[in-house]
Amino acid sequence: MDIFDPAIFPVLAADGLTNGAVYALLALALVLVFAVTRVVFIPQGELVVFGTLTLAALQLGRVPGTLWLLLGLLALAAVLEAATQVRRGQAGRGLLTLAGAAGVGGVVWALTTWAAPLGWPLWAQALLTLALVTPLGPLLYRTVYQPLRDATVLVLLIASVALHLALTGLALVFFGPEGSRTPPFAPGTQTLGQVTLSNQSLLVILLSAGLMLGLFFFFGRTMAGKALRATAVNRLGARLVGISPASAGLLTFTLAALIGAVGGMMIGPSVALNYDSGFLIGLKGFIGAIIGGLVSYPLAAAGALLVGLIESFASFSLSAWKEVIVFTLILPVLLWRSLTTRHVPEDEE
Amino acid sequence: MNGRLVLSVVAAAVALALPLVLPLFQVTLLVNILIFAVVAVGLVLLTGIVGLTSFGQAAFMGVSAYTTALLTTQAGWNPWLALPAGLALTGLVAWLLGLLTLRMQGHYLPLATIAWGMSLYYVFGNTPALGGFTGLTNIPPLAAFGMNLTSPRAFAYLALLALGLTALGAQFLLSSRTGRAMRALRSGPLVAEAFGVNAFRLRVQVFVLAALMAGLAGWLYAHSQRFVNPTPFSLQAGIEYLFMAVVGGSGYVWGALLGSGLITGLREWLRGVLPELLGAQGNFEVIVFGVLVILTLQFARRGLWPLLERVLPQAPLRLLPERNRLPARQKPVPGTPLLTVEHAVKQFGGLRAVNDVSFELRAGEILGLIGPNGAGKSTLFNLVTGVNPATSGRVTFMGRDITRLTAGQIHRLGLSRTFQHVHLLPELSLLENAMMGGYARGRAGLLASLLHLERREEAALQHEALRQLERVGLEEQAHILAGNLPLGQQRVLEVARALVADPALLLLDEPAAGLRYGEKGELAALLRRLRDEGVTVLLVEHDMDLVMGLVDRLVVMNYGEKLAEGTPSEIRAHPAVREAYLGADVSGEEVA
Repeated sequence: MDIFDPAIFPVLAADGLTNGAVYALLALALVLVFAVTRVVFIPQGELVVFGTLTLAALQLGRVPGTLWLLLGLLALAAVLEAATQVRRGQAGRGLLTLAGAAGVGGVVWALTTWAAPLGWPLWAQALLTLALVTPLGPLLYRTVYQPLRDATVLVLLIASVALHLALTGLALVFFGPEGSRTPPFAPGTQTLGQVTLSNQSLLVILLSAGLMLGLFFFFGRTMAGKALRATAVNRLGARLVGISPASAGLLTFTLAALIGAVGGMMIGPSVALNYDSGFLIGLKGFIGAIIGGLVSYPLAAAGALLVGLIESFASFSLSAWKEVIVFTLILPVLLWRSLTTRHVPEDEE
Repeated sequence: MNGRLVLSVVAAAVALALPLVLPLFQVTLLVNILIFAVVAVGLVLLTGIVGLTSFGQAAFMGVSAYTTALLTTQAGWNPWLALPAGLALTGLVAWLLGLLTLRMQGHYLPLATIAWGMSLYYVFGNTPALGGFTGLTNIPPLAAFGMNLTSPRAFAYLALLALGLTALGAQFLLSSRTGRAMRALRSGPLVAEAFGVNAFRLRVQVFVLAALMAGLAGWLYAHSQRFVNPTPFSLQAGIEYLFMAVVGGSGYVWGALLGSGLITGLREWLRGVLPELLGAQGNFEVIVFGVLVILTLQFARRGLWPLLERVLPQAPLRLLPERNRLPARQKPVPGTPLLTVEHAVKQFGGLRAVNDVSFELRAGEILGLIGPNGAGKSTLFNLVTGVNPATSGRVTFMGRDITRLTAGQIHRLGLSRTFQHVHLLPELSLLENAMMGGYARGRAGLLASLLHLERREEAALQHEALRQLERVGLEEQAHILAGNLPLGQQRVLEVARALVADPALLLLDEPAAGLRYGEKGELAALLRRLRDEGVTVLLVEHDMDLVMGLVDRLVVMNYGEKLAEGTPSEIRAHPAVREAYLGADVSGEEVA
């Protein structure tokens, strides 16, 4: 059957747009993280998977393994932070950091183990998922990337790949090898003329658009958003006017993890994800981000939508080859960028 | 005999004995470690030396492995003939990928290799002619000296030979003209291009070389396993090769073997331990690898080999006998125009950093270019050296229009420079740093360097560099590392490096910046000596004391425009200059 068949085309296009909207969110997160911290954040896709699988585990009434990762990272980050404070001669603050982390960790542990078997409504479980996955962002920044903050882009990239592998392995330990879907937040369908769209697809597209709009206002109107933009433009300059690169990094990674968790719960109803699906999802966001040259938000979002559409049409007509098609797409994009980017030899940081 | 040589002989003897004494299972493991180390040596050159990286090395192995598998099983080729075919194909793919990505910033290549590694895996798995995900079997064994290398013990010697040759070639390359240029690329193309290196071409060459090493490993792997399937050539395998280089020590050839041994051995051990510990099946070892690499990057960024290197005896540097001198450049006649800048303009968006500046520099003189901060001196410097060409206007050097030439082309015409922020290779000796300056006077390419066919030229470079170190008074320290010098002497070393190029014009970019009083005095004495020897110098400087006592003429810039030109005494008396420097009309005081 032809993909331009009027019965098929709108379905494929809607599918492509839905996934593309999620890829676009990821592309935005990747561009943001790279601009502010110079980290090419390969593990973005793993955060998506943690979002889906955490919610899936809660649906089954199980305590998600994410909790153990969260507690482990929290303990590590607290020890690192406290050690820094003690070295600065602030032993009291160091103790406070440890006690605070222990308190917060205890509350999260108690809440999760208590709530998991209760079978809360979907929206409450979604909130709990956000509360478990989002802190992974800043904690990973503190434990993995902040000690490397003076490193080159290349070293940070290698660290990202290493973190990606570690998180994939942990996801296998926590969630097992089976794929999981999560229930749609909005069941049912809408018929617009000849086209039938699931409510979930509409919700995903609307939510993505809303999140992008929210980010747009965050960066345009709020002090924290402007501080992040300033850091992205000039790290040293931002530092001189009192923006701490560490807190900019923490904030950026919080946003990236939030986007990942939301993305995971949005894509969960349409695609079964397992522990190692994150890499492919993240890469598709990446291709969008590369189309945007890792600096332009609108281009990155448009590129990611395109990736979603191409993937959807390719999976229908050449399903075995869909990954090849999607990833070969990067070559003409790189060629185009290589020919249009002017080469100026400069000192690298 | 020195300690290093003794150690190498002992290591070689142990390596030759291992395949005979180890149990068979461990010999198989050893063969894999050796093959993987060949891949990792390529990554050392690419990552640790040039500062690029690739996650697609396993895919390159795959191209070569599948080529030999197809040609030997389907077309009946001799495996030894399939090797060049596989290498040619691997090299071609790498060359294309390099062309696409290496003009751009460093992180595009690794991202492209991720996509390439991913795609190739699915291509292998989805092509029925390549056996799909089950792969191709019945690959014939390799035969050498009339005997089939079917036993791992025999094969181990072939793998040892392959690794030995690869590592030796890499060592040769690193101690050569091309190797120094590769090291210079790690901090960006600026320095390398200033000494005539074509950064883009060299990056592509090294990327292709690393891919060819992976190709050799792929061919060995196919004939040692006697079957191929997509898994060992997946992206994850590609990532693990990079981990080997990073953990072992990505700046050191033997770090590749250390990393390959550690990761391969660790994987073997973890595959036995972890599933039992966790009560489930799966490749959990990636968690340990990931954490290990992050810790390595955080606590020993150059990998584990340097920790070992510290306790090993060092090989003393051998000077090669000088058989002939490098050809000298025909110097321009003193007093003739050497560098002419006419109506130069540089526009950055709405900002005119250099606005209609003209001046002339004659052979044999020292011209100072001065001006307050932000006057456009550095921008002017960049457009003369080809780092950032002029928006309009004309720059002529040695009678050639150089306005649109690259930094490397201008350097080859006889312009040599130093940098405002010192750019040396701290892990190399003073001698080797100075030799970098003679890059454009040598001709040996990557292949000649790999085989050490360029020793005559290398000897000439060594002795020329020694002479220039002597000229600036650093010959005593020729063999210590440049990173151990104080800033003042690092600046002097940069001057020596520029002099090794035998320049017609020496450009010094704020040589006194950041120097202490005594160091400034020494620098001034050196520059005075060079002036008396007839070296033509364009000096961009801030420090009036240094400039006034040294130069023949001065060009003063302010707000991107030429404010005045003349001898030091004329400039001292010039009212506009006094105003620019002192902010008001003052009289009776020295400009300082």
